[in-house]
Amino acid sequence: MTFTFDGQPIAAEPGQSVAAALWAAGIRSWRRTRHGDEPRGLFCGIGICFDCLVVVNGVRGQRACLVEVHDGDVVEQP
Amino acid sequence: MADVVVVGAGMVGAACAYYLARAGLDVTVVDRGPVAGGTTGAGEGNLLVSDKQPGPELELMLVSLVRWAELDADVGGFEFTPKGGLVVSSSSLEPLVTSHQQAGVTATLVDPGEHEPELVPGRHGAFYPQDAQVQPALAAARLLRAAGIDVHRAEVVSLAVQSDRVVGVRTRDGVVSAGAVVNASGVWAGELSQAFGAPIPVTPRRGFVLVTEPLPPIIRHKVYAAEYLDNVASGDAELQSSAVVEGTPSGTILIGASRERVGFDSGVPREVLRRLAAQAVELFPVLAGVHALRVYRGFRPYSADHVPIIGPDPRRPGLYHACGHEGAGIGLAPATGELITATITGATPPVDAIPYAPVRFAA
Amino acid sequence: MIRYDVAVVGGGPAGLAAAAAATGGDARVVVVDAAPRLGGQFWPHRSGAEPPALWRLRSAAYHLPDAPVWFAEPAPTTGFRLHTPAGIVTADRVVLATGAHDRSVPFPGWTLPGVVTVGAAQALLKAHGVLVGRRVAVAGAGPFLLAVAAGLATAGADVVGVFEAGHLRGYAKHRLPSAKLAEGARYAAVLARHRVPYRRGHAVIAAHGTDVLEAITVAGRSRERRIDVDALAISYGFTPQVELAVALGCGTHVDRDGSLVVTVDADQRTSVSGVYAAGEITGVGGADLAQLEGRIAGRAAAMKVLDPGTRRQRAKVRRFAQAMHDVHRRPSWIEQLGDDTLVCRCEEVPYAEVRKAIELGATDTRAVKLLCRAGMGWCQGRICGPAVAELTAHLNGRPPTRDDHAAFANRAIAQPTTLGDLAGQ
Repeated sequence: MTFTFDGQPIAAEPGQSVAAALWAAGIRSWRRTRHGDEPRGLFCGIGICFDCLVVVNGVRGQRACLVEVHDGDVVEQP
Repeated sequence: MADVVVVGAGMVGAACAYYLARAGLDVTVVDRGPVAGGTTGAGEGNLLVSDKQPGPELELMLVSLVRWAELDADVGGFEFTPKGGLVVSSSSLEPLVTSHQQAGVTATLVDPGEHEPELVPGRHGAFYPQDAQVQPALAAARLLRAAGIDVHRAEVVSLAVQSDRVVGVRTRDGVVSAGAVVNASGVWAGELSQAFGAPIPVTPRRGFVLVTEPLPPIIRHKVYAAEYLDNVASGDAELQSSAVVEGTPSGTILIGASRERVGFDSGVPREVLRRLAAQAVELFPVLAGVHALRVYRGFRPYSADHVPIIGPDPRRPGLYHACGHEGAGIGLAPATGELITATITGATPPVDAIPYAPVRFAA
Repeated sequence: MIRYDVAVVGGGPAGLAAAAAATGGDARVVVVDAAPRLGGQFWPHRSGAEPPALWRLRSAAYHLPDAPVWFAEPAPTTGFRLHTPAGIVTADRVVLATGAHDRSVPFPGWTLPGVVTVGAAQALLKAHGVLVGRRVAVAGAGPFLLAVAAGLATAGADVVGVFEAGHLRGYAKHRLPSAKLAEGARYAAVLARHRVPYRRGHAVIAAHGTDVLEAITVAGRSRERRIDVDALAISYGFTPQVELAVALGCGTHVDRDGSLVVTVDADQRTSVSGVYAAGEITGVGGADLAQLEGRIAGRAAAMKVLDPGTRRQRAKVRRFAQAMHDVHRRPSWIEQLGDDTLVCRCEEVPYAEVRKAIELGATDTRAVKLLCRAGMGWCQGRICGPAVAELTAHLNGRPPTRDDHAAFANRAIAQPTTLGDLAGQ
């Protein structure tokens, strides 16, 4: 299946999280911090650290490591 | 031996210490915890004239507002934000605005939607440009730093008295000597005053604040429903709540406000969370999808006649009180500090001291 | 609305053991799990690849997945109410088995993309089938490092080394259960087969790179070495997730590994009548101990009699777990911090700001939070809390206390929840 990340199509397998699919596609960060404008992506991988926040199908504040990816999902940087 | 020992390293204690030190006195501040260990660390940092009915509290606040701007210039580092306050209501706010204008407050009737684009339409509004905000823990800490004062960590248990004259405080670790003692112990001021043999009626009034995720600025001022003024003025023990919403420099939105007289009860009732959230979403529908990250709780020091207790206690010569500010302690702190300093040094007070005088409880 | 006899919060080893033990009689049991699939962190799996241990449970207890408990309170007359996005669960008794997450320690470069926890590397591989990197370093402290490194090596990663901060001399003092010895030997064999060096007394003291991790500096044996990697999996033990227990008023204490844990009696009862706790939240000790504690808690919560054999086994495994804390001690990490090393990731608070808060008079973590915002971000101190507690104590010249942790353990809203949900809409 495929989903888009900031308009770019990314392949994914059923059951993968958005973070895992992005990681598998070689993407290491998908967010920038508000003070230092530093890149963040995955850190704890289990929904504790909130580094991996993305917008999924228009809904803000989603943890990419917890959200399961579906065909056609639109994922964007917050 | 110091000239004055101030009991309490919260906002009021810090302000008293700052102004006393500036007047050239040698000041010791005593607290069993760190700076801002009590209510100061649990407030929103409001400096408001809009929520006060004409009377002694408002008088003191008008002076205090000017002092806050001076402190921002002289000391700084506490996120002083003169953002203005917006009161909204389903009914006309003309009577409120008129009475405030007559009392010397700058207030205008406005279309609130022009000031807050995300506000639910169809409300009356009144704008108070004098309302401002600070970060209260930083403010208390910075004032103490500016005065060159380190908090002396000790728990005060009683007054040290010699020949009917106060000579300091007795702590668990010994006596701290001073010619004068200021009781600025916040929500414990009533309890401590009993131990001092000069009881004043200060009791806790619990409140909660919801804190959201950090957001880009969507709320520009402090915004609150007019019912808030009634809650503040009421003495009811039962849960009262009305919407108070404002942004902060760090991006989070603070949502209040609730008041209950339940002693130091711990725990967070679900009903309080529901009301705070519902009231905020009613005013700002965009908040429905915003996450609350935490809720914190504080206890406002409630004075039985709803007027702060500032001045000398005739029952204990040398003892002064600076407490009972309920939810207005941050805003009123500088004027309180100035008033206490004037009383102790004999200088001209910034306002008539009679309404706040502890003698009214000394009968 | 169904009212359950026992609600088990958490679907990992402790929770599943508790639910299995509580069923079989009259008790109506529900497992309330934040995750979409049972297994917790210990049995992460892809959908359709459920470990056999989970089958047993399916028919016996109700299961409420995707249901993180964001608020817990006593119910009006008796019992408890657990608020989740999937609805409110009401039960007479509650078994809390909310597990733990990796404990992180700040060091220069730890916020670079490519630096992850050991648990993240494990989850990526087992639950999502993705390798965390091509050239991976595994570091930190704890027996967990071996298992994850072995898994990564078997899956084809070039594991440049396992860097265990502990010197592990302490192992000789303790009699290891033979099963544990065998397990360790299996992992060691895998590492040997893949030529993965295992270095004791070594720690990663810095991560390097511009926008992504490119190299690490490893210190050990009075030397520092720079190694090129594209992923670093690093954790120093675990931090128990005790917020629901604290919200319900359960007593806590600081355990031997410095973490705040829930205090329980021989039947896994907490100080609050009707609330039981099992697994990592009573003390980090691994999956075997978690299952034993879960069994005891489940039977107690369902008012069943427990065989003394289980209690004896638990005591034995718990002793071993406590010994592990001594053996895998965290190194002193504070001297590695630079002024600009971030201590709080969420609010981007550097070490210099934490020091400034102390200089302004912060003598406890609550004051540190207020004066520099460490722990005030999205994760509410889950990641930085233990570090801030240790820093606060260290910079105030005293050992950490339970109160230092309390500032971060108090989370009445246990998960970020929208205002709409809070309003009951």
